[in-house]
Amino acid sequence: MDTSRSYLEPSSFSKKMAAAIIIVYAVITLIPISWMVMTSFKNVDSAISYPPEVLFEPSLEGYVNLFTNRSRQSQEYLDSLPPPENWYEELVRSREMVITGPSKFLGRYSNSMIIGFGSTFASVFLGALAAYAFSRFRVPLKDDLLFFILSTRMFPPIAVAVPIFIMYRKLGLGDTHLGMIILYTVVNLSLAVWLLKGFMDEIPKEYEEAAMIDGYSRLQAFFKVVLPQAMTGIAATAIFCMIFSWNEYAFAVLLTQFNAQTAPPFIPTIIGEGGLDWPAIGAGTTLFLLPVMIFTIILRKHLLRGITFGAVRK
Amino acid sequence: MSQIKIVNLQKSFGDFTAVKNSNLTINDKEFFVLLGPSGCGKTTTLRMIAGLELPTSGEIYLGDEEVGMLRASERDIAFVFQLFALYPHMNVRNNLSFPLKMQGYKKSDIKNRVEEAAKLLRIDHILNSNISSLSGGDRQRVALGRALVRRPKAFLMDEPLGTLDAEFRELMCLELKKLHLDIGATTVYVTHDQLEAMSLADRIAVMDGGEILQADEPNIIYNKPKTKFVASFIGSPGMNFFEVNEGISKDQSFVNIEGVKFDIPKQLEESKGSKNFFGIRPENLTLNNNEGLKGSVFGVEYLGSRKIITVKTSLGEIKVKTDISVNTKLNENVQVKPINNNIIIFDGETDKSLNSEFIK
Repeated sequence: MDTSRSYLEPSSFSKKMAAAIIIVYAVITLIPISWMVMTSFKNVDSAISYPPEVLFEPSLEGYVNLFTNRSRQSQEYLDSLPPPENWYEELVRSREMVITGPSKFLGRYSNSMIIGFGSTFASVFLGALAAYAFSRFRVPLKDDLLFFILSTRMFPPIAVAVPIFIMYRKLGLGDTHLGMIILYTVVNLSLAVWLLKGFMDEIPKEYEEAAMIDGYSRLQAFFKVVLPQAMTGIAATAIFCMIFSWNEYAFAVLLTQFNAQTAPPFIPTIIGEGGLDWPAIGAGTTLFLLPVMIFTIILRKHLLRGITFGAVRK
Repeated sequence: MSQIKIVNLQKSFGDFTAVKNSNLTINDKEFFVLLGPSGCGKTTTLRMIAGLELPTSGEIYLGDEEVGMLRASERDIAFVFQLFALYPHMNVRNNLSFPLKMQGYKKSDIKNRVEEAAKLLRIDHILNSNISSLSGGDRQRVALGRALVRRPKAFLMDEPLGTLDAEFRELMCLELKKLHLDIGATTVYVTHDQLEAMSLADRIAVMDGGEILQADEPNIIYNKPKTKFVASFIGSPGMNFFEVNEGISKDQSFVNIEGVKFDIPKQLEESKGSKNFFGIRPENLTLNNNEGLKGSVFGVEYLGSRKIITVKTSLGEIKVKTDISVNTKLNENVQVKPINNNIIIFDGETDKSLNSEFIK
């Protein structure tokens, strides 16, 4: 019998099993994503060919179509034009079209950025303040208030879509960045308060007491001592909030049309000639995936520690 | 540096009174220890002096200023926490600079003062280290340093040696004492460890149940305790008590216990009731075979140069601290008698010691 390892350590067989399960799971979840990325690099024809092409000649047509508006022209007209100035014009003309201007995608994408990061910041900031108060002060009816805050997540947010639609129209918040930031913040705040309260509870109150003795006010102590130590929790909470508001679709369809429309309701509306322009949709979705991915990778170190909810200190 | 004075200080948490009507004067430059079992109110008292708790009633003077209701940040005191509370996201230098930054010192001044304090505490070689890489003793020194750089009116310490292991605690005890002699700052130190209290303190206040029972120099606390609790809490083991089923009158100089006559110091005060206690320290008792209380040896503990013999008598267990050369066997019949007249009579009704020739 092998006595070189401790009883608590898993055997090499169970380690291998675990690795196998993770690999299978990763493959299953990665297939749709890789298919989407592949589609974004196909041309319109190979995207819908049957049987599906796994090996194909990569093309940037999807990305060009995503960022431009085009119109079909007759061959005579195309011949009368001066030679194309750059590669994407050439690509478009090979399809007997000319670029008529930039598409709305960049605007929608930056709307998503503003609303996503704005509401994430607001949720985490307000959530941290509320969580600190719940964690440290004797708040009257504390448990009831916490339950009430949580109860706002006991129904799907879309259940209140109609009253919110009417409210937003009356208040003039419909189709505005501020309106969407407020809405996503409201939805995320309960999660943020609960998550962050757990983290705040883990931070010994001696730290801010020490800071207060050192001459700082409670608010200064909160910013200089408590927040840096709650970074793990803040990172985890920020990622959850960001994922929600970045991906949110239903409210965005309902409440935004022109000014504040985010990317999720916009991408499926990219229509090509004679059907959906799958490579362009694939390109939009791929680009849409990047910010959350980068955001998560940046905060990953904190997230991994944060997910365990401070079960193990240090 | 300042005198600290608390007047009629009281603190309640709901129905529970943590500190009852306490009065205390801590002199300038004194090393003052608040000693008591857990839950006795010593930490609450300290936290009220620091401004981390607000008193329910009463006043706290720091120098001439009444600070009872001021915020901690406005009091100019330093506090060393039991768990050090060093900011883990800053290195040692930033931890030490943190209080100075708030006070608006110039960068060069901060640097000088931090390095001065670091030198004094011999942590100048680890100024750029992370807190998490430090040993317990170094963390303790950094915590002291953070208190020191401010040059505050007073130092408050809440069991700062509690988390160190025994060997290190002794060393830090010495260092603390030396540091106090070097800088001569008014210090209030909370502990439940009587050895720490005895070795550090200029004066000790013994607390129990939210009350200050006695505040005196260590040797007076030990030899002339004012209440039965102080007598039993201080000393290892604590004082022995025998029940005396008679009233004590003025000028009385002996009592009868279980038919044995014991000399006591001449009493200057009479007792309130007819049930009192005869108190004697274990080292003031000896074993012999012909006089004193009869009993049998119940246990023997070796302490190196001394040993503690527990004798089971009809009055209960009596601890006797004797020379290592005394030979006894378990269950051997022995008799216990005092070797001197350092005996205190405690009033059975008030638990307070009665004045006598020995304790005035």
